[in-house]
Amino acid sequence: MARALINVPKIAKVGEIIEIKTLVSHPMETGYRVGLGGEILPRDIIQTFVCTFNGAQIYRADFSPAVAANPYLTFHTMLSESGAFEFRWEGDNDFLLVETASITVE
Amino acid sequence: MTTSRDLTRRAALTGAAASGAGLLVLRSTQPASATPEAMRAVMRAITGDAPVRKGRVQLDLPPLVENGNTVPMTVTVESPMTALDHVTAIHVLNEKNPQPYVVTVHLDHRAGKAAFSTRIKLGDTQRVVGLAKMSDGSFWIGEQDVIVTIASCLENF
Amino acid sequence: MMRLRALVMATLAVPALAGEIPLAERRSDTLTMSSELRAMQADDAANPASFSVLDGEALWRVRAGASGKSCADCHGDGAQSMRGVAARYPAFDSASGRVLDLEAKINQCRTERQGSAALPMESRDLLGLATYVGRQSRGLPIVSDDPRLAPAIDRGRALFTARQGQLNLSCAICHDDHWGRKLGAATVPQAHPTAYPLYRLEWQSVGSLQRRLRNCMVGMRAEPYPMGSDEFIAIETYLMSRGRGLAMETPGVRP
Ligand code: HEC
Ligand code: HEC
Repeated sequence: MARALINVPKIAKVGEIIEIKTLVSHPMETGYRVGLGGEILPRDIIQTFVCTFNGAQIYRADFSPAVAANPYLTFHTMLSESGAFEFRWEGDNDFLLVETASITVE
Repeated sequence: MTTSRDLTRRAALTGAAASGAGLLVLRSTQPASATPEAMRAVMRAITGDAPVRKGRVQLDLPPLVENGNTVPMTVTVESPMTALDHVTAIHVLNEKNPQPYVVTVHLDHRAGKAAFSTRIKLGDTQRVVGLAKMSDGSFWIGEQDVIVTIASCLENF
Repeated sequence: MMRLRALVMATLAVPALAGEIPLAERRSDTLTMSSELRAMQADDAANPASFSVLDGEALWRVRAGASGKSCADCHGDGAQSMRGVAARYPAFDSASGRVLDLEAKINQCRTERQGSAALPMESRDLLGLATYVGRQSRGLPIVSDDPRLAPAIDRGRALFTARQGQLNLSCAICHDDHWGRKLGAATVPQAHPTAYPLYRLEWQSVGSLQRRLRNCMVGMRAEPYPMGSDEFIAIETYLMSRGRGLAMETPGVRP
């Protein structure tokens, strides 16, 4: 089942600012909502998103329950060498999702 | 022939709807004036004694939101983004959701540009605040008011 | 409830006269959304319904049932074989003599050709397949020209224009006579079926056209037809005929 959509350019120039788009399938249940039977729906959120490039962290986001379902995040980076991104989402109930993408920098 | 009849009917309706809409707006623009205590406490926890100045942080949210479940938001911070002068973190806070934190991003000069987009939940009409930490330890703040017209007013439409 | 009644009455308490929207004035309800939501719909990387398309694409290749075949084994690459298909559903099915919407057709293919079980309405798998098949018609005009659909279209039109429910409303009072007007926070749309299945922010998930119709009936305080019923399929068939020529947009995004 599809869980994450990542949009990274395949090629970039040295020092060019590129945009990375990420979309991940997750309910982001706040922990404040009441279910049909009157019970509080337990919190189930992604807490952190970390992006590394060739092993070094380049971006991190801390999410709260106020991030919408199916979290969407776009951000920027500038690279000086080709390599691989790793995208890692971690959250409640041992949620862990890791994706990778490579890019040629010339 | 139907045209003139249509026009009259539409004109009559405009009046009816205008009064309905007026009521709604009154209800949903209760001013989100004073910054609630919880958000101020969180801001103090983040900034400590560092100076906080207004400006440089721009929040882009639709001023009128069709559904508070998923509100697109872009945050942009003015910064040269050099090794010596860049943004290190951007915090987004709000004053009326159950708790003040929305999202925080951590970055450095290699981002090239201090801007990100995401989508957030807003339970009510309120003020959203962006707080950027710079590499010299100072803070800048920007804010925007958002009106959430409760799309579930007719819960199923 | 009182507020709802008052609001609906204030907005709609005028006799319905207009009849169908002239063809030249028909347009997708995407256009009444904010630019942010339109952008979310247009960009696959931002549209949360993309997951449903990808789910369907994956399922398309999964072998299942007594035949041991996948959709792809019989239909090949969906991007080619399913191009334009969703734009002409509901369609007349000669074998059963019935009109089937896309979800019903997919389930017929599963039970009768693949030899697998029908998928439940609104299940992730059925929505995935319908969204994936629907995606292959994006940008293509709705076609409704099969004369065998006439009885379903007539029935759908009759249901669309009949007053029902505690508020004594018909679909047409809102969608033919008062489209473009504000009803509370929502803009009353023309109600074209161009973008289904779609991701609705309110649902926080993908849903079918029938789920949308069900919502409208609940809002009218009318007893909704059962999911998959001939009534719903007749309304869907009428809506496609009413929206003929408009471009398909599956998967859409709605507030
Ligand atoms: C054993 C072969 C076989 C399998 C497996 C199969 N189909 Fe089909 N399908 C057919 C045939 C043959 C037709 C055309 C005759 C008809 O309409 O029933 C068809 C028709 C269709 C149509 C209507 C096309 C049109 O132009 O109107 C759709 C949609 C469809 N299939 C979807 C699916 C999906 C989704 C799956 C997988 C769950 C699937 N099919 C699996 C053989 C198959
Ligand atoms: C009181 C007015 C009202 C009535 C009556 C009503 N609807 Fe709706 N309908 C709406 C509104 C408002 C929306 C848009 C909701 C939104 O997207 O926020 C809508 C949405 C729709 C849509 C979705 C359009 C799109 O682009 O996604 C369809 C289709 C639809 N209605 C069909 C029907 C049918 C069929 C009936 C009768 C069974 C009906 N409606 C009765 C107000 C009404």
